Amino acid sequence: MEEVPINHMKTKPHNRKVVIEIKLLKKSFGDQEVLKEISLDLYDGENLVILGKSGSGKSVLIKCIVGLLNADSGIIRILGQNIPDLQSKELSLIREKIGFLFQSGALYDSMTVRENLEFPLRKKKDIFTKEQVDKKVLEALNHVGLTDELDKMPAQLSGGMRKRVSLARTIVTNPLIMLYDEPTTGLDPVTSEEISMLINDVQKKYKTSSIIITHDIKCALLTADRIIMLKDGEIYKEGAPENFENSSDAYAKSFFK
Amino acid sequence: MNPNTDYMEIMNSVRSKTFTFFEEIADIFTFIQVIIKETFSRDFEFKEFFYQCFQIGYKTLPLIAITGTIMGLVLTIQSRPVLADFGAVSMLPGMIAVSLIREMGPVITALICAGKIGSGIGAELSSMKVTEQIDAMELSSTNPIRYLVVTRILAATLMLPVLVLYADLLGILGSWAGANIKGDVTFILFFSQAFSHVGFIDFIPAFIKTFLFGAVIGFVGSYKGYHAGKGTASVGEAAHSSVVQASLLIIIVDMIAVQITDMFI
Ligand SMILES: Nc1ncnc2c1ncn2[C@@H]1O[C@H](COP(=O)(O)OP(=O)(O)O)[C@@H](O)[C@H]1O
Ligand SMILES: [Mg+2]
Repeated sequence: MEEVPINHMKTKPHNRKVVIEIKLLKKSFGDQEVLKEISLDLYDGENLVILGKSGSGKSVLIKCIVGLLNADSGIIRILGQNIPDLQSKELSLIREKIGFLFQSGALYDSMTVRENLEFPLRKKKDIFTKEQVDKKVLEALNHVGLTDELDKMPAQLSGGMRKRVSLARTIVTNPLIMLYDEPTTGLDPVTSEEISMLINDVQKKYKTSSIIITHDIKCALLTADRIIMLKDGEIYKEGAPENFENSSDAYAKSFFK
Repeated sequence: MNPNTDYMEIMNSVRSKTFTFFEEIADIFTFIQVIIKETFSRDFEFKEFFYQCFQIGYKTLPLIAITGTIMGLVLTIQSRPVLADFGAVSMLPGMIAVSLIREMGPVITALICAGKIGSGIGAELSSMKVTEQIDAMELSSTNPIRYLVVTRILAATLMLPVLVLYADLLGILGSWAGANIKGDVTFILFFSQAFSHVGFIDFIPAFIKTFLFGAVIGFVGSYKGYHAGKGTASVGEAAHSSVVQASLLIIIVDMIAVQITDMFI
């Protein structure tokens, strides 16, 4: 078998804290092995892009990270705690520190934009007053530039606006870690670029560490500090964005078409 | 062709079918277990529960009003000639009341609600599942079973008896209208004649089974919605199978309830 070029050493910011540590993560559905021993680390403050074609197991990977899917084996340590070992109470404490942007946006379509943004804060009534919640909601919407749409229903918004509202809903809780599942899929190039810029803004403003999962190379290059390429459930190549742009590897090149 | 491989193929398909059947049974019991646990958990979602009562109860009233009235009217018009042949027209109000309260009211209301409420729950929850809204809810520290499923099942269980009572009353009203097409009887007289034949023994078992019908509708809709597959096609599938299976279960529960009632009377 051909040696897979992995240039760990160049890009790992050694002085930084590890926020998410994944070791030998495996996940199968029936006979289908979707993830075969994935190991990776997310460092504090970085934007890590996981690049892979459709069906390569990207969504399965981040759903395992937040415990929406149970991994078959392996370690998933977030802020020092191993997700598979946690009881539901500890798990929900960890989940409060994570923002998850779903591929489909996952806005509650029976609720207005305002109710959608208030929803993640509904169990915090003893911590935040009504005014504080209102302020947080407006702040988050302001960040994505949609304060005028407060009382609209999701169905009345365009695809790009829905993505922004869901981004606002994930940042309303001030997460430490952001997980983006194909944030630009299904959007036109201009809107995609806007969303990519927003991802960078979130990283700067909220000091988050993020995993961005995508097959959109433009989004990857705009947002990534580091890229990991996934192929058939395994890590195929890892490195700084420049290494991918100038790569002679046929598989890596295929993303640039 | 080798008959042996044919046989093996059939055996394999039977085996995989029975396996999924038992798997589904196990799944249903796990689901029931989780629902019971979440029903008695500390933070009950009162707001969503009352909202669902409004959706399931209040919004179904017009449909039930029309069905109930027509049921009583038609039943009266159909049975009047038969009773006239036996010279028993005076029995008409009592007979209608008893058959409405014991059987027609509960079962027909429940079947209509399986169509409206069951499919509604199935479609709503499955579309939430397919578009990852249920996952999103779970991540924002809200238990989706507690928030979505428990509230809907309880609302259906409590609202169905109310809807059935409403259908019974309007059915008797419709019956009075039917009796007035030929003949002339005041509503008060008709009503008192009707209820002089109705005892607790007609009312109580019928009333109890309406709770069961409501629980069946809420449960089947939630189960089908919550276990929807991927893609938009599974929304239609969930709505459809909610109606079919809830209707079938209602008839079966009715049969069992009637047998049990019969043993004690
Ligand atoms: N819940 C599931 N049950 C069975 N198979 C699944 C499930 N989720 C994902 N898969 C399979 O895992 C593979 C990877 O899926 P996914 O992670 O969604 O891909 P993507 O990289 O496009 O996000 C696909 O082949 C898919 O069919
Ligand atoms: Mg995906």
